[in-house]
Amino acid sequence: MKTENLIHALTADQSGPTPPLARTLMRGLLPGVAVAVLLYLVILGSRPHLLAHFLEPRLLFKLIFPWAVGACALATVLRLAQPGADARRYGRLLLVLAVVLGAAVVTELIVVPPAHWKASWIGHNARFCLIVIPTLSFAPLIAALIVLRRGAPTNPVLAGAAAGLLAAAIGAGLYATHCPDDSPLFVACWYGLATLVVVIIGSIAGSKWLRW
Amino acid sequence: MREDGEREWGLFLQAANTGDALAYRRFLTVLAPALRQFIRRSLSRACAPETDAEDIVQEVLLAIHLKRQTWMSGSPVAPWVFTIARHKVIDFLRRRGRRVHLPLDDFSESIAAEVEEPNLIGADIDRHLDSLSTVQRKVVKSIAVTGVSIAETAADLSMSQGAVRVALHRGLAALATKFSTIG
Repeated sequence: MKTENLIHALTADQSGPTPPLARTLMRGLLPGVAVAVLLYLVILGSRPHLLAHFLEPRLLFKLIFPWAVGACALATVLRLAQPGADARRYGRLLLVLAVVLGAAVVTELIVVPPAHWKASWIGHNARFCLIVIPTLSFAPLIAALIVLRRGAPTNPVLAGAAAGLLAAAIGAGLYATHCPDDSPLFVACWYGLATLVVVIIGSIAGSKWLRW
Repeated sequence: MREDGEREWGLFLQAANTGDALAYRRFLTVLAPALRQFIRRSLSRACAPETDAEDIVQEVLLAIHLKRQTWMSGSPVAPWVFTIARHKVIDFLRRRGRRVHLPLDDFSESIAAEVEEPNLIGADIDRHLDSLSTVQRKVVKSIAVTGVSIAETAADLSMSQGAVRVALHRGLAALATKFSTIG
């Protein structure tokens, strides 16, 4: 077939305006987030007296931090799905957030006497946290991957990993309102591990499903 | 020359994404020679035969078509286009068992390419066409090869225009998949 013939067919296929990918991403994520929220409401629900302690710095940090990561991961996913777009700025922002988490851990180590470090780190239900965050992340991850398939990620593994980070942040953000452990030691370790699991799953899924 | 070319691409694609078919056609038509030059040079740098260039040009045009919503309106078109082209060249060479590093710093000259070579033929696409479903193959061939419109194709094949549109779109998407999986 001649190239000009192909161009003719491509032009004929063009019908109506194409929505920008950012809109597709937001719309596509919605069902995934809805499933996660529903799951959260059914199996978890918020912990008692959440609002009464809202301004306690540890709790506040735990509640806000995942959404900051999520916002950053969302911007990164969008850039990684668009050829020629620069995702490095948001990658650097994610590094800054990692440093913030590190600073929170150091502060906690200074404020809390060493005798209580272990109790803060192990918390009450680390294993539950490790199961629940990936579970809540599952639907957002699937949704993000489905949207990414409509994008054009030139690095499928990285794009999958970013989708995993986004999904884990949503899962962690929801779980944070249920979880009784507020210490940054707990958050950095167990939330971090749970996030890593989802990021790895995302990158593997990316290498399989996001090639085009 | 380069900046003019790039601005022109942006205007065409902007109009095309709001549904302007004529602008879209012109965009793809000015894009093809630039892609051809970029791909030929990439192949020669990778010491691969340039005879495959037209197949890759067609694969890239398909990819650009199916992924056109990933261009951010208002951003420069050239980095978007040539990132896709480079991705497809690397993919093509990888399928042929080569591993290559292709820097993306040399597309500026390709933008100005205006050598008209309208009769270049790709071989892979015909092979892939044969593996489509009968309806998709008939529709794509009717519109592409014989240059007939959607309405005429619908009348010829006694299908509704909507069904022709769906078959065309699915057929093109299937072709893109064949390119990237079979090679």
